[in-house]
Amino acid sequence: MRHLLLAGVLTIGSLGLLLSGCKDKNSGHGAEATGSEIPIGEYGSMTGDTATFGQSTHNGIQLAVDQTNAAGGVLGKQIKLITEDDQSKTDEAVSAVQKLINRDKVVAILGEVASKRSLAAGGVCQKYGIPMLSPSSTNPAVTQVGDCIFRACFTDDFQGLVGAQFAAKRNWKKIAILTDVNNDYSKGLAKFFRQGYEGKGDLVSDESYREGDRDFKAQLTRIKGTNPDAVYAPGYYTDIGLILRQARELGITVPFFGGDGWDSPDTLKLGSVVDGCFYTNHCSIDDPRPSLQKLVADYRAKYNTDPDAMAITGYDAAMLLFDAIKRAGHANSSDIKTALANTKDFPASTGPMTIDPNRNALKPIVILEIEHGKQIPVESITPQ
Amino acid sequence: MQVLIQQLIIGLSIGSTYALIALGYTMVYGVLRLINFAHGDVYMVGAVAGYYISTWTLGIGLSLWLSLTLTFAGSILTCAILGFLIEYLAYRPLRNRPRLVLLITAIGVSLLLENLAQLPKLFGPTPRTYPDSVKHALSATLNCPFLPAGVTLTQFDLLSLTLSLLLMIYMTYVVMKTRTGLALRAVSHRFDTASLMGVNTGRIISFTFMFGSGLAAVAGVLDGIRYDVRPLMGIMFGLKAFVAAVLGGIGSIPGAVVGGLVLGMTETLVKAYLPSQYTGYADAVAFVILILILLIKPTGLFGRNITEKV
Repeated sequence: MRHLLLAGVLTIGSLGLLLSGCKDKNSGHGAEATGSEIPIGEYGSMTGDTATFGQSTHNGIQLAVDQTNAAGGVLGKQIKLITEDDQSKTDEAVSAVQKLINRDKVVAILGEVASKRSLAAGGVCQKYGIPMLSPSSTNPAVTQVGDCIFRACFTDDFQGLVGAQFAAKRNWKKIAILTDVNNDYSKGLAKFFRQGYEGKGDLVSDESYREGDRDFKAQLTRIKGTNPDAVYAPGYYTDIGLILRQARELGITVPFFGGDGWDSPDTLKLGSVVDGCFYTNHCSIDDPRPSLQKLVADYRAKYNTDPDAMAITGYDAAMLLFDAIKRAGHANSSDIKTALANTKDFPASTGPMTIDPNRNALKPIVILEIEHGKQIPVESITPQ
Repeated sequence: MQVLIQQLIIGLSIGSTYALIALGYTMVYGVLRLINFAHGDVYMVGAVAGYYISTWTLGIGLSLWLSLTLTFAGSILTCAILGFLIEYLAYRPLRNRPRLVLLITAIGVSLLLENLAQLPKLFGPTPRTYPDSVKHALSATLNCPFLPAGVTLTQFDLLSLTLSLLLMIYMTYVVMKTRTGLALRAVSHRFDTASLMGVNTGRIISFTFMFGSGLAAVAGVLDGIRYDVRPLMGIMFGLKAFVAAVLGGIGSIPGAVVGGLVLGMTETLVKAYLPSQYTGYADAVAFVILILILLIKPTGLFGRNITEKV
């Protein structure tokens, strides 16, 4: 009888713990900056398979922080940027965000580029009620995690559609697709491309690979056999480098095209294998807009190199966040969240930016062609 | 037909590096009955060492072929020393402990190497590529009159296949025809008795580890040039090579090579003939096929059934 009683008490006790734990989870109201500084977290792939994503984004964010602090900071306080490296790994992204929230008590978080990592870490931010602003994660699901997650870029339904329209405009009647099935970004973009391309031509081949694969020749040989006019490869630049080299070795000479995952200094260094290829991107540094040209000049002065699109979206996202803090009037998470949601015509370097009710930014997209290590803007399309 | 030939060439080319790594697994298993899980990471160290040597020698202006020779030689030397150290420091002190202790130590060594390579001071987690001139030279397409039009064979495919076959023949020669090989076979046959007959078992085991690690280094440099160098590249390739060794019959030298080539070709053919949306899952399918082969022939293709005396 005593044992039974004890068992009962233990069960009820642990149930109670569980319930109180649940209650604790729901009460995430974020953090407030009380000191003389506003702590802002950043997590990104500073190293690993997609290192240039994180490094470029960080350079852009750092530039925005330096400029803002030099101009007197926000609400009379200096911005303190705390950066965590996730090594291009999803589980590291989750623990990086947890560190930023629990140890550094940040009021808002900037990051990631890769949609897969933004999705994983976004769940944590949502749980704690910390607003997260992704500079360049384009998968639609990222901001669907919850009302704390925002992005400062377009989404893949738009990007995939533009890719498909571009293929139709180029009169590519036979398209092959090569997707990374382990990557939310790549799968999503391929899906929206397929939808957009329907009725415009034939999808002659729809191949896939897995993150971490390094040999693509078997798939490329199949693609070669179907004789496509172009190949859509919505992957990240590390894979694209290997894919393009192997494709050219096999004698596939048709253009490849993809999305903003191609954006990296490494893609431009690939040499002749990437000549004549296209990709859709957030912006082009040849855009004559004065705000962008000023950013390009400032970036060159600080880092001695041209910014890529990840650097520019990083800069814009940081500036948008600081503007939201200013509009909120208080450096606390829930006010920042509301201010971000109410963003209208924020003067970003690439043009006015508005956050829609789904917490996505409405921004034009550009199509770039790579020729001799240079990006040539082909056209710019504004969402309807 | 043309596509099939192309896919077979690709499969052989991939399989030849599996074979090189599998040889190391098989040798160590033959002598110590130990599955050396750190072997895949020795392959990674080979790629990393080769990367540094290649970048450095080309940087000081050596000719391409001289640099390539030095790259292979230097990488083999590095890995041989590493193999020696792993055995001497990690496995030798545990020689008389239960087999499980050794196995867990092997996993520990593997994790150690992977994490050391991820330190930015040593290599870092960012993939790096060998110098462009090396990549270009080896990816040149060869003109083969006996191949149908449209099928490409690169220098690389030929080099990796020739190297692994030559090294296999050399290894068989060493094991079958030299005194060291005789001692090696004796140790493999019965460890204690070999020792009683005057075989320096410690030296033979060191030799086995060094030889196997050298072969892994060759595979590492080949894959480093063909793809890129990553600190975790040894996990999947090591696992596949291990499967190749088991498939060929672990302990058998020709078995390791045939197992590697069969695995490479299975993998490629699965990718080539699976419905196209599923090609990303080819590894899983290839492994299932291998399980089926092992169910039918549990000792592997070249393995012999040995009844244990009690």
